[in-house]
Amino acid sequence: MTVVAILLLAAGTFAFRYGGTALRERIDLPEHVRELLSTAALVLLVALASTAALAKGQSFAGWALPAGVVVGGVLAWRKVPFLVAVVAGTGTAALLRVVGVS
Amino acid sequence: MIMAMRSLWRTLDPETLRGILTITGSAAVSGASFGAIAVATGQPLWVPITMSALVFAGGSQFLAVGVLAGGGGPVAAVLGGLVLNARHLPFGLAVGHLVGRGRVARLVGSHLLVDESVAFALAQRDPGQARAALWGCGAGLFAGWNLGTVLGALVGDLIADPAALGLDVVFPVLLLALVLPVLTGSQRQGKLRPVLVGAVVALATTPFLPAGVPVLLSLVGLFAVPRREAAAT
Repeated sequence: MTVVAILLLAAGTFAFRYGGTALRERIDLPEHVRELLSTAALVLLVALASTAALAKGQSFAGWALPAGVVVGGVLAWRKVPFLVAVVAGTGTAALLRVVGVS
Repeated sequence: MIMAMRSLWRTLDPETLRGILTITGSAAVSGASFGAIAVATGQPLWVPITMSALVFAGGSQFLAVGVLAGGGGPVAAVLGGLVLNARHLPFGLAVGHLVGRGRVARLVGSHLLVDESVAFALAQRDPGQARAALWGCGAGLFAGWNLGTVLGALVGDLIADPAALGLDVVFPVLLLALVLPVLTGSQRQGKLRPVLVGAVVALATTPFLPAGVPVLLSLVGLFAVPRREAAAT
């Protein structure tokens, strides 16, 4: 049963991925539709980032995670090297958790 | 193939390369925690390892293993995972032209399509760089995620809780770091409004809807694309 479940999840996920890339290759899209598609991807990515920064499952993630994301995000935006921004962000969240801020 | 990879590697600017390496390391740690959790909840060794290779979408893998551990049954696990992964269809539509024309390139490139690689590709101005970033990030993440999974499944909880190290910060920070310059740069026109509306919709619906649905709903933000741009050809 598990084998079937894994294969179904794998096949369905691949179908989403392949369906998107193959469709994009196959049809000749006007410029404004291409622009709209890349905006759609940006919309999804920011929605992913926002929910990943603020929610754990269906509830609020607590303050440590968004605080770390803000620190890392601002530093990265200010063109600080990515690794430094990540270490500052993860460090902020980890420290807050150590002192009891979840 | 190796030649092609090497030339892609050389196309990437150093900061992008460092970004890819950082996210690869973080994926390895997340992969290890996935492998360890799967085995700890009673799955045999081959389950997390096969999943990471064939599904290669972390969120849905954690979800599926969690549902099974909670007694939710395989149908719920598969459906939940598929809802979570449906976003890869619009991602493919957005960056599919960068994957390559050959049949093998399309098959492999599609499988390597993940959130992070799409973000890296969209952050590049030049199509050659975008292509290299998409492939480089996808390949790096695939290696890191799968190596991590095998290690975690074999060794168990090296890192009991990645969140204690703040590692749950890495994914949103990476996405923001890649997306913010696009949203504030010279090509931002008509993008900021839909993005903000989408984020608000996703956040507002998160408490009420199953995982993955709020992010899909963010696409209603596209209705906020300014008219002028939508009509321009």
